[in-house]
Amino acid sequence: MANKRIDQPTGTETVGHEWDGIEELNTPLPRWWLWTFYATIAWALVYVVLYPAWPLIDKATDGTLGWSSRGQLAKEMSAADAAREGVVRQIAATDIEQLAASPELMGQAIAGGAAAFKVNCVQCHGAGAAGSPGYPNLNDDDWIWGGTLSEIEYTITHGIRWEGDDATRANYMPAFQGMFDAGQVNALAGHVLSLSGKAKPNAAGANLFAENCAACHGPAGGGMPEMGAPALNDAIWLFGGTEAEVKKQILNPRHGVMPAWNERLDPVTIKMLAAYVHSRGGGQEAAPAATETPAPTDVAQAAKAENDG
Amino acid sequence: MEAVVKRLGVWALVLLAAICAIALTPDSGFAIHMGIVALVAVILIIASLRSYDPLAKAQSIFRMPPGPSRYDDDVVRWGVIATMFWGIAGLLAGVFIAAQLAYPWLNLEPYLNFGRLRPLHTSAVIFAFGGNALLATSFYVVQRTCRTTLAFPGMARFVFWGYQLFIVLAATGYLLGITQSKEYAEPEWYVDLWLTIVWLAYLAVYVGTILRRHEPHIYVANWFYLAFIITIAMLHVVNNLAIPVSLLGTKSYSAFAGVQDALTQWWYGHNAVGFFLTAGFLAMMYYFVPKQAGRPVYSYRLSIIHFWSLIFLYIWAGPHHLHYTALPDWAQTLGMVFSIMLWMPSWGGMINGLMTLNGAWDKVRTDPIIRMMVLALAFYGMSTFEGPMLSIKAVNSLSHYTDWTIGHVHSGALGWNGMITFACVYYLVPRLWQKERLYSLRMINWHFWLATLGIVFYAASMWVAGITQGLMWREYGSDGYLVNSFVDTVAALHPMYILRAVGGLMYLSGALIMVYNIWMTIAGKLRDEAPMGDTAHDEAADRPILSEPAAQPAE
Repeated sequence: MANKRIDQPTGTETVGHEWDGIEELNTPLPRWWLWTFYATIAWALVYVVLYPAWPLIDKATDGTLGWSSRGQLAKEMSAADAAREGVVRQIAATDIEQLAASPELMGQAIAGGAAAFKVNCVQCHGAGAAGSPGYPNLNDDDWIWGGTLSEIEYTITHGIRWEGDDATRANYMPAFQGMFDAGQVNALAGHVLSLSGKAKPNAAGANLFAENCAACHGPAGGGMPEMGAPALNDAIWLFGGTEAEVKKQILNPRHGVMPAWNERLDPVTIKMLAAYVHSRGGGQEAAPAATETPAPTDVAQAAKAENDG
Repeated sequence: MEAVVKRLGVWALVLLAAICAIALTPDSGFAIHMGIVALVAVILIIASLRSYDPLAKAQSIFRMPPGPSRYDDDVVRWGVIATMFWGIAGLLAGVFIAAQLAYPWLNLEPYLNFGRLRPLHTSAVIFAFGGNALLATSFYVVQRTCRTTLAFPGMARFVFWGYQLFIVLAATGYLLGITQSKEYAEPEWYVDLWLTIVWLAYLAVYVGTILRRHEPHIYVANWFYLAFIITIAMLHVVNNLAIPVSLLGTKSYSAFAGVQDALTQWWYGHNAVGFFLTAGFLAMMYYFVPKQAGRPVYSYRLSIIHFWSLIFLYIWAGPHHLHYTALPDWAQTLGMVFSIMLWMPSWGGMINGLMTLNGAWDKVRTDPIIRMMVLALAFYGMSTFEGPMLSIKAVNSLSHYTDWTIGHVHSGALGWNGMITFACVYYLVPRLWQKERLYSLRMINWHFWLATLGIVFYAASMWVAGITQGLMWREYGSDGYLVNSFVDTVAALHPMYILRAVGGLMYLSGALIMVYNIWMTIAGKLRDEAPMGDTAHDEAADRPILSEPAAQPAE
């Protein structure tokens, strides 16, 4: 040790080495630092005895508490399931159309459906179920495949045009490209728009509609849920309501696809989702005889009044 | 003559190989990279052919002091300039990606989308900014504390330029979509191989210099630098073990998969932080703080104990990145307990740094460089307390995947790494360019306050964001169902993301002021400004000298 000296401001001795003018003091380890360090080591020693810690050949030490993350998860999941068990059983036993009869059960179903919706459905139908171009708005009263509880349940269960499910809802609008000339397409698009009061009526378009479109979309464009043919008279558009977009859909129709959820979700969850979607607004009552048309919007009502006999 | 021909020959061969690679590869990203290599080779061939001396030209642009000096500082000067250049690049990338998170329309596909720019930012600030700071300071410190010049001076220059090529290949690669997708280890196999070569050369220069020392004992800073170099070599090689699909393509497959890959990655990732960003920077601290303060290091004994315990305990901490994942419980336990034990060894560094100012506390008032160093050490202490806290499984179950982790990273990166680097560069520039002082001391102070405010905005907004996310994700309603969808939590964070970008912008502004200050210093200008402290300073007594107020008659 070369040049030990006493450092004047602190009164501590230097170690005696010097590097480029830097010296070191021989201050002892701070007490609190050392004891805190020992405390963390002691705590660690206790912890590795209590919890799984040391790898052996085929397994690891289990820890004296017998805790494992999988065990903790299983416990939490079964506790959550047990808390909901009564409700789930009741909903499973209730036919979906009777669900509305019990407000409490319906409320539970809607709450469960809301939670499942947030995980499974918002990606396409939007966080508020309002949809976006190509993805239906579930908050309105326009139902392409029917808006009763059973119909919604079926749609969720089997999907729409979903290749993985034999019972999926499927129908395809013919592509009218090449069948109409430009003038005819304009007339037809104009008529379709006039059904919801967005354009003036025209006779040529009305004729073409009656010959080519009414079979599926209904004589007044009211739609046919059994065929999955959308209503054209309510100013609600899946692929856009401008003239260009309507023409595009006539000539080269886009068909949406919805997954079938029966393999991913259990039947009770699907029931709850149906209840939730139904409750968003515009849900239809199941009628024993003829299907009731949904309450039309003002514009559609005006158009229907004009077009209906 | 022979030397020139030899150099020419080597670069001609490199050019030939690069051209063959461009011609034969089906991978466009690889072709572009080989194009860069070919361009480098062509430039060097031309430079070797003529008597044009590019180094002399560049030295004159950057006003390098002429003639031999006691130590071999050319590489250090280059490193300081590279540090500032890459620092601005990295901070700018950071501000931009922060803006992208708040305003997704800023994702300019495909080259400037967030997925490609994020690793550009992380690599630029850690490896380009931090790496050049470590290169420059390690070469500066090892020479002076060993009282000898660098061993293998040619190789030292190769290390510097080779490292810059690594940075360029990594950065251009990310924008082209070339990535291994391993965090902080994104560059692909051929860039990793190049870095390994450069790194081994770095180790050779460093160890060679220590072996040639004229000081019998090795200073603590050198222990930390050596630990950093050796451990990073091991981490880099193991984590990047991979099989390339083709020798003429960028794609490779990792030797690891699944949870084994996850653990290897985070053993690497955490120790990149522990050895690159902690051990290396502690080495910087151990030299530049006592030098700037003019005081001896607080405790030799503490430096020994905390050094060995730090480098032993840090290696085990990796699993704390994988709490509540598929990683086995025993590994998570070990990661957690070793991270907790790491708390005091890390604070040993903070204590030694701060307490070195015993006898010079008044300098915090008068010396803005000391101010930056104190702030750096304070943030180091905060981060190395927050880290063990976040390693506790119960805490981690709230914080994992949230912005709290980002806040933690940045209080350490901006507070500790950034500030200590700035302080060291401010220390070095006047000395390396033989100027009596920096262009402006008051601008250091502006930089200090802008940086501090920026960090506060950043950390605070990210703490709030992280806890918001964590609580919203686990919020159950009275009906037993989760209340919030994921997109609800994204929407809730928007204001915090804006504030974070504001914080980052402040930090970048401070760095830009620094670049201006250093530029003017190198140009030889001196700013006409009032001195830092209003009151005079008694160094020996470590007190300001206050004039006695004259006795006033009571009236």
